[in-house]
Amino acid sequence: MAESARHQVGSKPLIKWTLIGLALSVTLVLLVIPLVLIFSQAFSAGWGTLMANLGDEYTLHAIGLTLFVALVTVPLNLVFGTALAWAVTRFQFPGRKLLITLIDIPFAISPVVAGLLYLLLYGRNGWVGSWLGQYDLQLMFAWPGIVMVTVFVTSPFVARELIPLMQQQGSQEEEAGVVLGASGWRVFRHITLPNIKWALIYGVVLTNARAVGEFGAVSVVSGNIRGETNTLPLHVELLYQDYNIVGAFASASLLAAIAILTLAVKGFVEWHQARERDLQPEHRTEK
Amino acid sequence: MTETVTQGAVATPRPFLVKRNKRVLPGFTLSLGISLLFVSMVLLLPLSGLVVEASGMSWQQFWFVISDPRVVASYKVTALAALAASLFNALFGLLLAWVLVRYEFPGKRLVDAMVDLPFALPTAVAGITLATLFAETGWYGQWLSKLGLEVAFTPVGIVVAMAFTSIPFVVRTVQPVLEELSPEDEEAAMSLGASDGRIFRKVIFPALWPALVTGAALSFTRSLGEFGAVIFIAGNMPYVSEVTSLMIYVRLQEFDYAAASAIASVVLLTSLVLLFAINLWQARFLRRLEGR
Repeated sequence: MAESARHQVGSKPLIKWTLIGLALSVTLVLLVIPLVLIFSQAFSAGWGTLMANLGDEYTLHAIGLTLFVALVTVPLNLVFGTALAWAVTRFQFPGRKLLITLIDIPFAISPVVAGLLYLLLYGRNGWVGSWLGQYDLQLMFAWPGIVMVTVFVTSPFVARELIPLMQQQGSQEEEAGVVLGASGWRVFRHITLPNIKWALIYGVVLTNARAVGEFGAVSVVSGNIRGETNTLPLHVELLYQDYNIVGAFASASLLAAIAILTLAVKGFVEWHQARERDLQPEHRTEK
Repeated sequence: MTETVTQGAVATPRPFLVKRNKRVLPGFTLSLGISLLFVSMVLLLPLSGLVVEASGMSWQQFWFVISDPRVVASYKVTALAALAASLFNALFGLLLAWVLVRYEFPGKRLVDAMVDLPFALPTAVAGITLATLFAETGWYGQWLSKLGLEVAFTPVGIVVAMAFTSIPFVVRTVQPVLEELSPEDEEAAMSLGASDGRIFRKVIFPALWPALVTGAALSFTRSLGEFGAVIFIAGNMPYVSEVTSLMIYVRLQEFDYAAASAIASVVLLTSLVLLFAINLWQARFLRRLEGR
C-alpha cells in the first residue's frame, strides 16, 4: 500500500501540504471558529450569568417544550422509518421507487413552506382546522402544530440511513430465519435489528438533532408565545432580537452541545461499523 | 389476503418464476401500510392543502402576486446567492473530500467529524453565530471592514450562510466516489509520463464530476429554501437582501395566506423539479457505474 501511495496524483509533498493546509484553514474558518464563538459568547459574562440565563423561567420552559417535541417526534419517525425501509428493501411492488422519492420531499422543501402547508390545512381557515375548530380544538399556534411540523421535517432521517444499508445487506439471512420457522417478529428482533442497530441509532440521533433545532417550520406555526409555544431555537431568536446577545448565546450553546453530541455519536457509530466489517470480512456479500 | 392478490397480478406465465415472486418474508402489509398511511397523512395531505389554497385564486391574482417586483427581486437574490454558495461549496467541498480521502495528517478525524457540523447545528444558531462573526465589530467583520468588505447585512452574508449550511452535501457525495476510484488508471497514466495536473483533468475528474454535480445540486436546492441561517445575517432589505422564504414569511405575518401560498407554490415547484432531476441524474449515473 505504501508503495502504491507514492504513485498517486497529488502525492508530491508541496502539493500535498498546500492542499492539507488549505483544507485545515477552511475547516478552521468555516466550522471550528464559529463553534468556539458560540461558547465564548455564552461564557463571556461569566459562569454565574450563564447559569442565570439558562435558569430563566422562559428559557426553562423553552427547554422543556423542545425536549417534549423531540420525545414525541423521535419514536414516531423511528417506527415510520423502519417500516418504510423494510417495505422498500425487502419487497418489490409497483410504486416502490416513487415512495423512495416521496420521502425525500421534506429535505427539498423550504422549512417555511413546510410550516405553511400545515398552517393552510390545520389553521383556523383550513378545511381540517375549521372542522376541528367546531370542537374547540386548536392545533396551530399551539404545541400540537409544533410537533406536527417537526415530524414532517424530520421524517426522512431514519429511512435515509436504513435504506442503503438494508439494500446492501440483502435479505438472505432473514429468509433463512423464516425458512427455519422463526416468526416474523423474531426474525426482525434477532436478525435484522442487530444488523441495522448502528444505522438506526445514528438515524435517531439525526432526527433528534433536527427536531430539537428546527426553526423555520416551527416559527410559522408556533405563534412565538413566550412561556407557551416558544421552543429553544425560537427563544434564541427572541433573545437575539431583544439585543440580549449573551442570553441568546447561552441558549444557543445548549443546542450547540447537542450538535457536538450528535457528531460524537456519528463518529462512534462509524468506528463500530468499520470494526464489525473488519471482524467478519466474509459476512456480508453484495448481491 | 392482499399478498395473494398481488402475487397473482405479478406472476408471469412462466411457471418456474412464480415461486420466485412468492414473498418469503412477512410484514409486507404491515410495513407498507404504516408507510403509506404516514406518507399520506404527513406529506401528501398537507401538500394538497397548498394546491387547494392556490387554486382558489384566479390566474391573474396568482400572477400578480408572484410577479410583484419585490418578490421577483427576492427570486433573483435567492437564486444568485444559492448559485454562488453552491459553486463555493463545489470547490471547497471537493478540496475537503480530496484531502480526507487521499492524505494522512494530524487532526484528520476531527476535520472529518466537523464536516457534518452544519447538519447538526440548528440553523438559528448558525444564523446568529455567523451574524456575530461578520458584524462590523465581530471576529471576522473587523478585519474584513479594514479591507473595505462588508458581509453582514448584505447579499454576501446570504451567500456565507447558505454555503455554511450546505457544504456537507458536496463533501459527503464526493467522498465515497473518490474512495472507490481504482488506482490502476491513475498509475497507468503516471507510468506513461503524464503530469499530475493532466491526470487529474483527464482521469480523475471525469470519474468524479457526476458526484460533484449531484453534491452541488443538493447544496443549491437546500440553499434555495434556507431560512433560519440566512435571516439573521441578511439584513433583509426589500429588493436587496430579502430571500424568497422570508417573503413567504412576511406575507404570512400580514395574514395574506393566499399570497403566501402563491409564492410558496413557486418555491415548492422549483424544489420538487430539482429533487426529481437530481434523483434521475443519480439513477443514470449509478447505472453507468454498474454497467462498467
